[in-house]
Amino acid sequence: MSKIFLIIQREYLTRVKKKSFIVMTIIGPILMAALFIVPIFIAQYSSEEKKIIGVLDETGIFHSKFKNSDDIFFHYIYTDLNSAKDQMLKSEDYALLYIPKTQIALPTSAIIYSNIQPNINVKSYIQRIMSKEIEDEKLIVNIDKLNLLPEDRKIALNIPNSIKTSITLTTIKIVGDGEEEKTFTELSMVLGIFSGVLIYFFIFLFGAQVMRGVIEEKTSRIVEIIVSSVKPFQLMLGKILGIAMVGLTQFLLWIILTFTIVGIFQAIFPDKIQNKNTELLIQNNGLGQKLNTQTITESTDEMSKVFEAIASINFVTMILSFIFYFIGGYLLYGALFAAIGSAVDNETDTQQFMLPITIPLIFSLILAQFVIENPEGPLAFWLSIIPFTSPIIMMVRIPFGVPYFDLFLSMSLLVIGFLGTTWLAAKIYRTGILMYGKNVNYKVIWKWIKYGS
Amino acid sequence: MDIFTAENVTKQFANHKALNEVSISVPKQSIFGLLGPNGAGKTTFIRIINQISAPDEGQLFFAGEKLKPKHVELIGYLPEERGLYKKMKVGEQAIYLARLKGINKSEAIKKLKFWFEKFEILSWWNRKVEELSKGMQQKIQFIVTILHEPELLIFDEPFSGFDPINVNILKDEILNLRNNGATIVFSTHNMSSVEELCDHIALIDNAEKILNGQVSEIKNQFKSNTFEIFFSGLNKELSDVLNPKFQIIEIKNIDDKNSVRIKIKEKSSPNELIQNLLPHLTINSFNEIIPTMNEIFIQKVNENVGK
Repeated sequence: MSKIFLIIQREYLTRVKKKSFIVMTIIGPILMAALFIVPIFIAQYSSEEKKIIGVLDETGIFHSKFKNSDDIFFHYIYTDLNSAKDQMLKSEDYALLYIPKTQIALPTSAIIYSNIQPNINVKSYIQRIMSKEIEDEKLIVNIDKLNLLPEDRKIALNIPNSIKTSITLTTIKIVGDGEEEKTFTELSMVLGIFSGVLIYFFIFLFGAQVMRGVIEEKTSRIVEIIVSSVKPFQLMLGKILGIAMVGLTQFLLWIILTFTIVGIFQAIFPDKIQNKNTELLIQNNGLGQKLNTQTITESTDEMSKVFEAIASINFVTMILSFIFYFIGGYLLYGALFAAIGSAVDNETDTQQFMLPITIPLIFSLILAQFVIENPEGPLAFWLSIIPFTSPIIMMVRIPFGVPYFDLFLSMSLLVIGFLGTTWLAAKIYRTGILMYGKNVNYKVIWKWIKYGS
Repeated sequence: MDIFTAENVTKQFANHKALNEVSISVPKQSIFGLLGPNGAGKTTFIRIINQISAPDEGQLFFAGEKLKPKHVELIGYLPEERGLYKKMKVGEQAIYLARLKGINKSEAIKKLKFWFEKFEILSWWNRKVEELSKGMQQKIQFIVTILHEPELLIFDEPFSGFDPINVNILKDEILNLRNNGATIVFSTHNMSSVEELCDHIALIDNAEKILNGQVSEIKNQFKSNTFEIFFSGLNKELSDVLNPKFQIIEIKNIDDKNSVRIKIKEKSSPNELIQNLLPHLTINSFNEIIPTMNEIFIQKVNENVGK
């Protein structure tokens, strides 16, 4: 038992110390973090087309104050909020800017309703105009209180604008009924496909490492020295398990580093990621006026919905089942990769044997798109039960929620599956590693399997 | 006492029989030569001793006990086709291979340092194997094979790849190991090294053992009672004076040195031959022809082909 541990240790340490492992460990999380961050940037800075914005100003202060720019056009609406929203949805309008009436003094908040995520240029343009207007209003109100002579009043109005008003904009995405659900589905789809592809990628990446490791031992002829100390089965299993741990280490490092990078990014640019679900607050400050904040509680904007959706997916289940299906799928295929490595003399000879391994994996990836359309259907069920396709297909299904019975059945069959392939591979392996210069084909391998029993 | 015994070992591969009822006994503290032409079944037999493969029939004993997996730690094996992990460092790799044979890490380091110093290769410790020449790698493999002080050592063509100086170092080490109590089985085509080192041999040909025993006995068994005589001053035709009890095999005359090989038939002796010759010539030397292992090998294998 301690010998297999030695083998695992060697397989693990030699790989983890490699430069390629370290490079992969660094590049992977950067790419994954970019996957989170870049779309947010793109959404905010892209779209050059003209945007028409309806303005529903209950205060009347901003009437005709919004000037059209090169790509932003304003028109004023004089109905109530609900019909304005309906109107916006029916028309080509980009967004609806709603400035609610305030009780006390100046208007303190505004909301942008839109059926897409409004981009940051639009928001900052509106913010600029509004803060300018409100600062002017504040100035007039305060100066009027002083009852100055007209001349003094003019001078006072020219007092440099020291009253800084900080503004944050709320954006609210309006969507029709039932479409709210769609965001959840989209996210599940993305997560499902993403983890399915990741499993596919991991099985191939680390399975090929097993195969190359076996070929290396065979061609360097060290295998005969090692199998005089340990059983061939121990060597094979030690290699497979050692590389599995390399895979797990890589995966965990990726997760930790990705979250770290996204976390750092959030800390540096908090407004870019987080504040899309907050209210537009126009805060009164300066000149002793009471801070007046109005909060808008209706928060159904896009990002918050995504967050909700993310929260609705059980990440613990996702990560645990990912680890299980990664290990299970890898062990199932890893044993076969080891068998192939043992049967050939060099890597170029592996191709004829790679086909039966590649086909079910590619097959699962292609069928994943049908599974995702109907994650509860019979195709999804059967593919997620069969051990050769279940690692990918089950990962595609899991974000949609899978009955415990299916999960249990699939996991048990996967365990039986990899025990089976390991048993079969061991028979090929122990004969194959000591065979040199033989033209190996399926018939020969079949003989080895029969011979071993 | 025999350290290793094989009884009626048979191994059948898909298309041919690799070993057929082979029985061999290796006496303790001997150097045992396992000889045979290519493809005779030597490597298969060695793999069976190392429990890399199992026999189809027959039994194997190690020091009187049935051969079991635990015995691998008492056996050291240097295969004919040998290699190391190219990307691993020499020291690291040697420790790994030693630990696979059941030595703990600190002891492995201590022993390795001793042997590396003895072979003057300590400076290679942190180098990658791929940076070393083939001969250098062979030295490391030799050290790794003997490091765990096995009772039984199996060397398959140990001298291939070594220069003559290193061959001698290796031979000395093999003799040292034997003198310190180890038993060595070695397989080779190099018959001169068999003469030099082995005290027992087994000859395997075509899956069967065709010759087995102590080297000195085998040689006696194969000597044909032939003598080589260097002489001068012959006054008559040798064939005319020779008694019919004796038979001339070969007469040579090189650089004015005359020699003759004469076979003594039954019911006679070397003394009688000398008496017969003395009146006619001056004997410069008189030697019995003892067959070399090489000749015995060729003779036996050729006989076997005839069968």
